Amino acid sequence: MRPKEPKIVLTFRSTTDAVTAEDYFMEKGIPGRIIPVPRDISASCGLAWCGPVETAGDIEHAKLLGRVRIEGTFNLML
Amino acid sequence: MKTIYLDNSATTFPKPESVAAAVENYIRNIGANPGRGAYGASLEAGRTALKLRMAACRLFNFDRPDHVVITPGATAGLNMVIKGLLKPGDHVIVTPMQHNSVMRPIRQLEKQGVAVDLLPFNDSSALHGLIKKETKLVVACHGSNVSGSLEDIEAIGKICKEKNIFFLVDAAQTAGHYPIDFKACNMSALAMPGHKGLMGPQGIGLLLVDPKLAEQLDPLICGGTGSASDLEEMPAFMPDKFEAGTLNVPGVFGLEASLRFIEEKGIKAIHAHIIELEERFRAGIAGISGVTAVGENFGCGVISLDFEGQDNASVSAALEQDYGILTRCGLHCAPSAHKILNTFPRGTVRFSLSYFNTQEDVDAAVSAVKEICG
Repeated sequence: MRPKEPKIVLTFRSTTDAVTAEDYFMEKGIPGRIIPVPRDISASCGLAWCGPVETAGDIEHAKLLGRVRIEGTFNLML
Repeated sequence: MKTIYLDNSATTFPKPESVAAAVENYIRNIGANPGRGAYGASLEAGRTALKLRMAACRLFNFDRPDHVVITPGATAGLNMVIKGLLKPGDHVIVTPMQHNSVMRPIRQLEKQGVAVDLLPFNDSSALHGLIKKETKLVVACHGSNVSGSLEDIEAIGKICKEKNIFFLVDAAQTAGHYPIDFKACNMSALAMPGHKGLMGPQGIGLLLVDPKLAEQLDPLICGGTGSASDLEEMPAFMPDKFEAGTLNVPGVFGLEASLRFIEEKGIKAIHAHIIELEERFRAGIAGISGVTAVGENFGCGVISLDFEGQDNASVSAALEQDYGILTRCGLHCAPSAHKILNTFPRGTVRFSLSYFNTQEDVDAAVSAVKEICG
C-alpha cells in the first residue's frame, strides 16, 4: 500500500474556481494537482486541489492577492 | 460559378480550420462534461472552459474570468440581463437600431409594467433628457445588423456611470472584428454570439457581467450546476448562477479555438481588413445610379442596399442565381431600424463581410450590383 503523507487540500465552490486555482498554481510553479474531494470533506463542486504542506505559504499569498477563491483548507494524510 | 458568401452578419463562414479541428477533437477524443467529474477528460473540458473565459477577458479588457458566462448565444445573454433585472415600475432606455433579441423581451416586459423609451437615432446626448429616477438599465446595440451603423457606446457608458445606471451592450455585430473595451465604455454587461465575428460554432455565446450587476440579476434558468449539490436553490456564486444544465461543450472547444485564432491574427488587424473591404465596397457602389446604401456612421462590415424601382428580395435571389453571391434580404429581425431608415416594410439587401472575405469578393459583388442596376 502506498504510504500516506501529510497534504494540504483545498476545496472550491465551482469548477471554474478549481481550474482557476490550478492554472495559477501551475503558472507560479506551486506543486500539486486536482483530485476528487476526499470522502472526509464536503465540497461544492467535487473537485479539490492537493499539494505538499510546504505550499501553505504560497497558497495563503495567492488568497491574499485575490488570485484564487478557496472554499476550505484542510490538512489531511493522503 | 464560384459561391461568394456575404451573409456574415447572420453567421460567419468559413470558420478557421482550428475551430473544426477543436470540435472534432472534443467529440472524438474527450467527450466529458466540465464540472461533472474529477477525472482527466472532465478536467480538460473544465480547463478549456476557463481558457475560453480568460481569452474573452483579454479580448474585451475585462478582469473577471468567473464573470464570463457561457450562454447559448447573444439572445440568451441579453434576456438574462433584461429579464433578470427589470421589474414592473422600472424604466429602461434602448438605442433605436435594435434587433428583436432586445426589443422582444423589452416589449414583453412593457406589458408587465416596465416603462420603455427609445433614444433618437445617432444622438446619444439625448440620453440625459430621458433618464428618470426609475431608470435602471440602458441597452445599446453597438453595431446595427441592418445598416452597420455604430452607436457611440463610450459616450453612453459615460452617462450611465455618472447617473449610476446599469449599461448593457449588444455586440452581436461587432464582437470579434471590432475592438471593444468593457472598462473604457463603463459597461455593466456585454452580450455576444460565438458564431458571428468571433467565428466559433453556433449555439454558444458569452455574457460578461460586472459583479455589481451580477448580484442583482435573478437567474432565468435554474437547474443542476455540478456545484452546491446539497442545495435545491441556485448557487449565488459565478458563473454557476447563470450556467444551469450541461454546457455546449463542443461549442466551448470550438469557441476557445476561434478566440485563439483572433488573438493570433490580432483584433486590430482583423478590423483593419474588414474596414478596408467595406470602404472598397462603398466606394464601388457610390457611383452606381439606382441603388442607395442606407444608414450612416458605418464601420462594422455591414452594407445594406436599397434598389430603387426593384424588389429587393428579387435582387437578392438574382445575386445568388446569376452571380453566386449570398446575401440576406428582408427586415433582418429589426423592424424599428428599418422604420428609421425608411426601408420598412420593403427591407434591404444586406452584404456583410468577414475576415475571410477578399478584395475579389467585394469587386465581384460591386460588379454584380452594377449589372443589376444597369
